[in-house]
Amino acid sequence: MRLEYFQMVDKVLALDLEARTLRTANTVPDKSPIFEGHFPGHPLLPGVLLFEIMAQSCGMLLLRLNNYDRMAFLASVDKGKLRTFVVPGQVIEVFAEMVHDGSGYARLKAEGRVEGKLVCNAEVTLKTMPFPAPELRGYLLETAERIGMPMGAPAELGSAAPASAGNLTHV
Amino acid sequence: MSSTFETVANIIAETCDIPRENITPESHAIDDLGIDSLDFLDIAFAIDKAFGIKLPLESWTQEVNEGKATTEQYFVLKNLCARIDELIAAKSA
Repeated sequence: MRLEYFQMVDKVLALDLEARTLRTANTVPDKSPIFEGHFPGHPLLPGVLLFEIMAQSCGMLLLRLNNYDRMAFLASVDKGKLRTFVVPGQVIEVFAEMVHDGSGYARLKAEGRVEGKLVCNAEVTLKTMPFPAPELRGYLLETAERIGMPMGAPAELGSAAPASAGNLTHV
Repeated sequence: MSSTFETVANIIAETCDIPRENITPESHAIDDLGIDSLDFLDIAFAIDKAFGIKLPLESWTQEVNEGKATTEQYFVLKNLCARIDELIAAKSA
């Protein structure tokens, strides 16, 4: 993850379009200016960034389900829990699950684990709307490719086709 | 409609911490109850879940913004409940 660029999601581990779930892996960098202040001599990933990692994983799932035809913006975090410290070098696996895909919004659940141990969880509401700028959609498609988001139809996902081989219908 | 209203009023009371007795069929969710768009997302989620429907919030908002409908048509609670009943009927038709 590149904290200074808010690129929190590193890699897609699994996508299930039917179950509407996504699993991501996200490595906390060893070094970042953030750790100089948070905290001197005791570097910790800030809790708000754990929420951001969960929100971005939820967002990547929602965008994929919507075939990248709409942008998702974080609207609220409910029942958020930060259960233990996360430190540089640790890998956070996030599991995101769609709860309800509403009109103009979606509610998802997410949880983060380090070596199997639950470190954070929350319910996330994302507002959806048409992309406000075309370059934003392009950036997110590049992000999907970077993190290895499978882009095939459900039956093809076993081959984990990369984003560049996508079947986008709204280009 | 009456049971729909009871469910919706209870959802609003619980979601927005508004005294239940202040919520009537004539209440305007925005103008009278002071519910903002973010809180209305929580209400919409609870309504969608309770009735197994999908409130078409986006098209309602678009109609209001384009002057094709008034907020009263969708956000006065008796009208909102009538819309919900229509959606339930359409689902089971």
